[in-house]
Parts: sequence; C-alpha cells; structure tokens
Amino acid sequence: MKLHEFQAKQVLARAGIAVPEGRVAYTPAEADAAAIALGLPVVVKAQVHVGGRGKAGGVKLAKTHAEAQAHAEAILGMDIKGFTVEKVYVEKAAKIAKELYLGVTLDRDRRRPVVMLSTVGGMDIEEVAATKPEKIARGWPNPLLGLLGYEARALCFDAGVPAEQRDAVADVARRLYDVYVATDAMTLEINPLFIQEDGTVVAGDAKLDIDDNALYRQPDLAQLKEIAKDEAAEEESRKLGFSFVQLDGSVGIIGNGAGLVMSTLDAVKNAGGHAANFLDVGGGAKEAVVKAALEIVLANPRVKSVMINIFGGITRCDEVAKGILAVIARETPRVPLVIRLAGTAAAEGRRILEGAPLVSRATMDDAAAEAVRLAR
Amino acid sequence: MSVLVGKGTKVLVQGLGREGRFHAARMVEYGTKVVAATKPGAGGTTVDGIPLFDTVARAVEATGANTSILFVPAAFAMDAMLEAIDADLELIVAITEGAPVADLAKVAAVLATSRSTLIGPNCPGVISPGKAKVGIMPAENFTEGQIGFVSRSGTLTYEIADLLSAAGLGQSTCIGIGGDPIIGTPTLEAVRLLNEDPDTEAIVVVGEIGGSAEERAAEYLRAFAKKPAVAFIAGRSAPEGKRMGHAGAIVSGNSGTAASKVAAFEAAGIPVANAPSEIPGLVRKALGGR
Repeated sequence: MKLHEFQAKQVLARAGIAVPEGRVAYTPAEADAAAIALGLPVVVKAQVHVGGRGKAGGVKLAKTHAEAQAHAEAILGMDIKGFTVEKVYVEKAAKIAKELYLGVTLDRDRRRPVVMLSTVGGMDIEEVAATKPEKIARGWPNPLLGLLGYEARALCFDAGVPAEQRDAVADVARRLYDVYVATDAMTLEINPLFIQEDGTVVAGDAKLDIDDNALYRQPDLAQLKEIAKDEAAEEESRKLGFSFVQLDGSVGIIGNGAGLVMSTLDAVKNAGGHAANFLDVGGGAKEAVVKAALEIVLANPRVKSVMINIFGGITRCDEVAKGILAVIARETPRVPLVIRLAGTAAAEGRRILEGAPLVSRATMDDAAAEAVRLAR
Repeated sequence: MSVLVGKGTKVLVQGLGREGRFHAARMVEYGTKVVAATKPGAGGTTVDGIPLFDTVARAVEATGANTSILFVPAAFAMDAMLEAIDADLELIVAITEGAPVADLAKVAAVLATSRSTLIGPNCPGVISPGKAKVGIMPAENFTEGQIGFVSRSGTLTYEIADLLSAAGLGQSTCIGIGGDPIIGTPTLEAVRLLNEDPDTEAIVVVGEIGGSAEERAAEYLRAFAKKPAVAFIAGRSAPEGKRMGHAGAIVSGNSGTAASKVAAFEAAGIPVANAPSEIPGLVRKALGGR
C-alpha cells in the first residue's frame, strides 16, 4: 500500500527527520492560502500514487502568489500515468546546495533489507544503478539488530558524503531504517535528501510503500488507504479473499493459484489474445466465491469472453461448477464462457455443467485458444 | 533415496485447525508418519489419533519428530517457524500464506545460523511419490519416478506433475518452494539438492516473474549440472509493477522479468517451455528420447 508524499513526510517528521514545512491543498485558492502561510518561494507538488511526477510536470516551483495559484490550477486534475491528481502538497522551497539519495528496500537475494545511499540524488535510483553503480553505497543490516552506528557511518564514507554532514546523514539513515521497520515498509525512500545552503539536511521527497501482509498490525497507516477509480475492482476482490489485477485485454480470466493463473494469461497470449484481468480465487474456492469472481470479471465492459481454468487440489471442481451454474442459471452471461476443469472432482464438475450454455475443454491450451477465438 | 523427505520422516503438525486436520489426515493416508501436533494448553490430549503437545520441544522429545509442517495463521507464522528452528527440526515446511516480509527476514537471519531447512512459506510442500508427502498437494497427480521438480507455485505444480505423470515421467521429489519474496530454500538451493540426488535423472524448474532466483539457479546449472534440466517461467504476459497473486511475483523496472529468466536458462543450454504442456516433451528430449 502506497502513501502520499505528505503522509510519508508526516511519518518521517514524527521520527525526528527534518522535512520542509508544507500544507495539502485541494483547490488553487487553498494552494494560494498555503503559499501565504508558508512564505514564498514554494513548491507545488501533485500527490498521486505513482513515480515520475516531476517529469510529467506535476512538480513546480512558484516564486510569486500568482505562480502558486497557476501551478495548482494546472496540476490539479492533471492525469499522471493514469492517475488523476486530486490534491497538491504546497511546500516551502528548500535552499538546495546538494542532493543525495537515501532508501531502504528488500534485497530478495540476500533475504535482508538493503540501505542505499548515493550522492547522485534526485534521479531514479534504478537509473543510477544501471548507469553509475559505483555511485551507490549499500549496507545490509541484520534484521535482528537494525542499522548499527558503524554501518551508517560506513555508508556515508562509501558514498562520499561531505564531512560536515556525515553525522547528520548517518543519523537520518538510522532513523529512516527504524521507520522502515516500525511501518512494515517494503520500500522507504528519501529522494532527494537535500543538503541546504546552511548545511542542514532535510527530506526533499518521501516514498513509503507498506507491506500489504502487515497492514493488520499497522491500523493507523491502513486507514490512509486510498482507492483510485481503476483500482475499485481490485479492492472489492481483496475483501472477498482473492487477488485481482485489472489488465487491458478482452479475455476475462478466473483460475485457482497464482502460478496457474499467470500461466493461463500466458496461454491466452500464446493463442494470440490478451487477458482482461488476473483473478486468483485462491484455495478451496466454494460456490459463493466463484459466483462473486464471475460477477467481477463480467462487470468489465471490455471482456468479450471468459476462460475459467481450475486445477482441483483443495479446491473441488464440483463446487466450482455449482458456482458457475448458479450465475448462469439466473441470467445468461453476456459473453461466452470457456471452462477447463481438471484434478479433484473434475468429472463430477463436468457432469454438473452438462447442458449448460458454455464451452468445455480438457486442456489449458485448448481452452485458451477457444476463449481467444470467441473474443474476436 | 529421495531428498528432504523419505521413509524416515516423522512429522509434527504445528497448527491443527480445520486445514491442518484435513491435510494431516491426507498425509497419514499417503503413508507419511504423523507423530505429533502442537496446541498450547492441549498437551496430553489427542485429535484424530494424533497426540498433542504444548510446545514443539516437548513434542520432539516425546516422539522423535524430525520434520514439521506448519499451518498456523500468518500473524503467528514467525513465532511458529522460530520455535521449530529452536527445537532443531531437520525440515520445516511452512504452508502459511500472507506472513509479513519483515517477519520472514528475521526468520531467514535465524535460519542461517541453524541446522534446519525451511521450505516455504506460502508453498504446497514436498512430496517424494511412493515414499512420503509433507504438504497439501493432491497425491493422485504424482507418480514415482526419476524426475526432480522445483516450483514456486501450488496448483501449477499439480498441473505439471499431472502432465509429467500422464506422459509416464514419474517424479523422484517435488519441492514446492513457495511464492513469497523471502523463502527458506530459494530455487538455487532446491535445484542443488536435486542435482546431487542420485535418484533424480532430470530436473524441471518452474519459476515465475519477480526476483532473480531463477537467474541464479540457471548460473549454477550452467557450471555444475550433472543431469539435464528443463525450465518454465510463468507470468510472461504480466505487466510491470503489479503483484500477480503471489507477494513475490512482481516485475519492478528491469528486474524480475520473464525475459531475463528465459535468457538465463537459454544461456545455460537449458530449454524453456512456452507452455506447461511442452514440458514432458522437452524432458523426454533432454533425456535422449527415452
């Protein structure tokens, strides 16, 4: 779950990391009021759950009140990578002498968090990693101990942080790591971390992405969840206990198990089609769940056919069949359904669906080919 | 011989709830020795003929259990895994899905200093067909044979085992390593076990998008393969930045893409199937047409 910059900065400020003063605004007038309260110059920043705001024109410096209002006017309502900007963060502009990068994320190969520090700030860290890997200092704290003092100092030496700021940056790194742990973050970044003209260190931006699996023990942060328009179906599915990802093709997909559903998407692609979604109903799917899944997939107007691919293990194919029947008995679906049942109780499942208005295929490849043909 | 599980496996069940009871019964049906279960406060009683103990340590002392299978809810999974590691169990199979990543990083740190092997979490478990099953897979899809099989997925594993079995290619050991970003036994370590196993004649590696575990396994096989291997990568059509069901199945930037994994296997001379249905044919070909 992603937080907005202003929310992440509140979390950082509570942990003792300096952030510029700022206010959230929903209208150009509010932005102007914020600029008056903060004092010029200010930066007007789009608050959306996506990176690359600056490049998209969603971050602008205002030296006058007219500019502050004009920037807010331009940015509010702007579309950034499919996300509509509904609010801006108006922030007192920092007096920048130098920009650093500081971040914590998971190193899957080492099975530990990795803390990264670089004097190349402000850029996408993946780009720095690709073009100037030697410019990133890395440390892998033991998750049982946290980021130790010597580790934070070593990062500063390795990255080449100016001597005058070494202690301050090391302190920010240790506080940042503590926030990473305390918030169950997947990624926590300050990019850029400003060294100001007066030598002080402040967080220029903040990115905080929380582990969805840990939201149960982060009630305060979980409350901040915002659902974008095109994420509504994903959120609805999550509540029902299955995973759903909206895609842009025309073949609706329902299956059980993440790997099998991914393979089903691939099978549709192999057959020359495009999947409209990823939907994993999970293990032990019963009638009601299958019914709800079918309704969510059919609610997408782009869907021209639906492929249901179930390999019964814990999930029983006869239960799935009953769910499908319950939906199509009430109302004939607006698009053709292609079913593939295998594994536990597959024969019973197929018997239940005999005579129902749908197409049944024995293998994943055949079912995908048929679903793609019917979607044309 | 087989790897990880076999005739000497004595299983302790951590979390004998509805799911745990169901699968404990299936394991017993398969012939696996299920010797104990833990339920704090219920020590001294039995459920379905399985003796209950208050702690893992007491269960191990009384029964000689050497393997644990874990069904406890996600919020308690770290505690249960650490308890099993502390009791020095040889193998811990964590079925639980949805544990916080921070918990798994702590478990991995403790695991590194222990003698235990952890499979999972978020996995279907391990089966050596005809010998023992410590997992939740439907046994009827698996047959005894010489193909070693490593997979990050559940149902896709059953699908592929079924395809292999139907083609007359039985399995030595199938290791479902799990779909989380941090797992106890990454692809490379599981592949290494099968590469060293004299009863395994060929290896099937089923990976998916996210992380770089498949690339590392491919590099290992390129240098040390003692037998032929075949790979399959799920999620080739997945978009960037979206978590495809498994917490670990996410492409971010240039890392974790299917293309990178396919390229790594091909560079190691390992054929990559375009669909699960191609796997048996490629295995046969890799074995020299047998």
